Amino acid sequence: MTAILEMRGISKNFSGVRALRDVSLSIREGEIHAICGENGAGKSTLMKVLSGVYPHGSYDGAIVYGGEERRFARISDSEHLGIIIIHQELALVPLLSIAENIFLGNEPGRFGIIDWREAHARTRTLLATVGLREPPTALITNLGIGKQQLVEIAKALAKKVRLLILDEPTASLNETDSDALLRLLVAFRGQGITCIIISHKLNEITKVADQITVLRDGATVETIDCHKEAISEDRIIRAMVGRDMTDRYPTRSVAIGEEMFSIRNWRVEHPLHAGREVIKGVDLHVRKGEVVGIAGLMGAGRTELAMSVFGRAYGRNITGEAQLAGKPVDLSTIQRAISAGLAYVTEDRKSLGLVLSEDVQNNVSLANLPGVSTRGVIDAHRESKVARHYVDSLRIRTPGIHQKTLNLSGGNQQKVVISKWLFAGPEVLILDEPTRGIDVGAKYEIYAIVNELAAQGRAIIVISSEMPELLGICDRIYVMNEGRFVAEMPAAEASQEKIMAAIMKQYGVAA
Amino acid sequence: MSNRKVAAPGAHAGFWQNNLRDYGLLVSLLLIMGFFEVMTGGVLLDPANVTNLILQNSYVVVMALGMLLVIVGGNIDLSVGSIVGFTGAVAASLMVYQKMPYPIVIGLSLILGGLIGAAQGFFVAYGKIPSFIVTLAGMLIFRGLTGNMLLGQFVGPFASGFRAISSGFILDPSDFGILQAEEGADQFYWASMLIGVICAATLVFTSTQRWRRDRAGAMETEPLVLFMGKNAVFAALILGFSFLLASNKGLPNVLITMGVLVLIYTFVTTRTTIGRRVYAMGGNRLAAQLSGVRIERLTFLTFVNMGVLAGLAGLIVAARLNSATPSAGNSFELDVIAACFIGGVSASGGVGKVIGVVIGAFFIGVMNNGMSILGIGIFWQQVVKGVVLLAAVSVDVYQRNKG
Repeated sequence: MTAILEMRGISKNFSGVRALRDVSLSIREGEIHAICGENGAGKSTLMKVLSGVYPHGSYDGAIVYGGEERRFARISDSEHLGIIIIHQELALVPLLSIAENIFLGNEPGRFGIIDWREAHARTRTLLATVGLREPPTALITNLGIGKQQLVEIAKALAKKVRLLILDEPTASLNETDSDALLRLLVAFRGQGITCIIISHKLNEITKVADQITVLRDGATVETIDCHKEAISEDRIIRAMVGRDMTDRYPTRSVAIGEEMFSIRNWRVEHPLHAGREVIKGVDLHVRKGEVVGIAGLMGAGRTELAMSVFGRAYGRNITGEAQLAGKPVDLSTIQRAISAGLAYVTEDRKSLGLVLSEDVQNNVSLANLPGVSTRGVIDAHRESKVARHYVDSLRIRTPGIHQKTLNLSGGNQQKVVISKWLFAGPEVLILDEPTRGIDVGAKYEIYAIVNELAAQGRAIIVISSEMPELLGICDRIYVMNEGRFVAEMPAAEASQEKIMAAIMKQYGVAA
Repeated sequence: MSNRKVAAPGAHAGFWQNNLRDYGLLVSLLLIMGFFEVMTGGVLLDPANVTNLILQNSYVVVMALGMLLVIVGGNIDLSVGSIVGFTGAVAASLMVYQKMPYPIVIGLSLILGGLIGAAQGFFVAYGKIPSFIVTLAGMLIFRGLTGNMLLGQFVGPFASGFRAISSGFILDPSDFGILQAEEGADQFYWASMLIGVICAATLVFTSTQRWRRDRAGAMETEPLVLFMGKNAVFAALILGFSFLLASNKGLPNVLITMGVLVLIYTFVTTRTTIGRRVYAMGGNRLAAQLSGVRIERLTFLTFVNMGVLAGLAGLIVAARLNSATPSAGNSFELDVIAACFIGGVSASGGVGKVIGVVIGAFFIGVMNNGMSILGIGIFWQQVVKGVVLLAAVSVDVYQRNKG
């Protein structure tokens, strides 16, 4: 097989900081090539160099694509040659239709007049190819994240893609959608489309990749040929972190105390459609020192449940009883929920968790400003001490506490969000997808933090779409589907099969 | 420990990045002052003109402080010019027709401004109506009410005590016959000079204290040379201006008002929880809300605050003109908003500093004043101001994207 792409000796600096150091990468035509590495290892930077986001001249090294050296000045230069990148944050316009999005900037027609008949016909073919059953006129905003991902891929196909680059394509997908997406990539391989996939989900990579290149600290560690040697997740992790990672979940001593927090018959209606129940009578309890997981598919209502409990941040006509340490508790506003001792680490750290224009310090203190101030006046020294404490104890990798959170990697951003809530001193901590899109090393650190908080006697609720994660860190797991808890099991007795069976059984009854 | 190693150079680079634009802004202000000083043949920095410059621009500075909080919080207020006209008209009518004593009228006018701000803030914060629309409506309503109330008349004149808000100067020993100049010589106002010296000394002293304390507390500090240089420039500016003012009529009362407000708002924005929350709200509304910030109440308060300051500006303008006129405050909102954006406030919220806004206001003021002295027509003045606004913000955005 010939190489479709070779990147030779790529180096890139950001105002004195080395992001890439002499990275070389060779992609064979028609293969699925995975790129792995911890956050900040330089994966996204490398792909931005390739696609022309960072134009020729802003980096050192050469890009050879299709046998010729290329010097992309902008993204459209690489797109013309069939290099299409799909970013982790999807770039679709929510209030336009699927067809409008697919042909945005590339509309069929003449003299600026769009030929809608053709656009819709071609959209239908493309949607059939990616296996999405939606009309071309459906608005993006009404599609789930998994379907949006498929629209992005259809959009890439419309541009006559030869090299498709996917940055964390399955990070926000549930298992069913992820599997569908991976099958699609395998099908593309059969049609000669080359694919680069960046992912933290090593189990998926081992399933589909032909070659795996591992980056660490901005440099290539090695390229593993999956057809020459048997590949295992541990093998990749070892290359990524540079050491053996014997256990992906830290061990802890469990000391569960009395009941800390409970809700009974919790019902929530959709914020826009009155009368449509999203949460249909949930009973939940969590004890001191206990880690309770909530498993479920995308759209099961887990985030909605958490946000409705956290000061009614979601939904309307919320009914049900909430008790904290055996006494009824008023959770009617976010302020009351926080002062009662609840904390909610959001699923979407960029748009709901952080103020990206502010620095690490100001984000850490935001939920508990009274904790660093007297009578409304902030004590700058106390505040920076608090920030520095969390940067050290949670090992947040940042040049300083005055670094804007915008410039941190995903894992470190997540640690800042967690710091913010730890400083608020919660009794009950709700973590919504706490490790989404962050690397193995940082995941391990976050699990260790969860363990320590539990050891301190706090009650912890973890929402996650990654079942192994729930099985690895929880004491007890609730399974949620369609707004209800359909099963509850001790983690020791739980398995991925049991959880999926609980979800499917409910579908069976409903059908 | 490895992150400690990274911390030193990174923190330094961050410091430069964060503060470069502040210095750039100050340097551009000095440059433009130099330019007009030369072009006007020395008239710009003539003691009488410096006094005039301050009197003319006080209202922009006062309102820009409120506008800073409104814009940082993620909103805009287009109605401030009309509020200036309206509160001025109400105050004038109360004093001239109802013969109400001016101290009571001052209090009532500030309350009126606050109520107008509260009414608009209510629609923005609790009614969830975009501030652009609410305050555009307010701009029309209060301009119309002003016209209806005054019916094309000028209402005035006012008692000298009221006029002193704007055109008064602080007391001087010479008023009591001490340190008086000899017959025929110009009076030098020693009290004003003394206040200038005290201010400069306090500035140098307190900032040195803070710099030392920060360094001891291992907080980020600016390099020593830069710190000393900055202090020297500021101290020289304060001393220079006090000297100029002292050689004319002394410090204007309105400068004292302005100075106190600038100090208060600097404190509020940098050191208080409420200030911090406004910035967080403007930077990311949802994240702030989920961190327990009361978005609605805070938005409401930024508008109340803006209204009070616009009311104060209304009094200053009326006192200066010695009458209320139907067109008072016309298009003031544009100068105020331009001052904010020139001063580096982000239009999308969350970013902006008091010092930047004050410099931005003086930037506009020097341009207005300098061009008037040069006899440039009002319409060309608008063209120039527009170009400068666009250029300043373009440079700002370019720098930000580069980083």
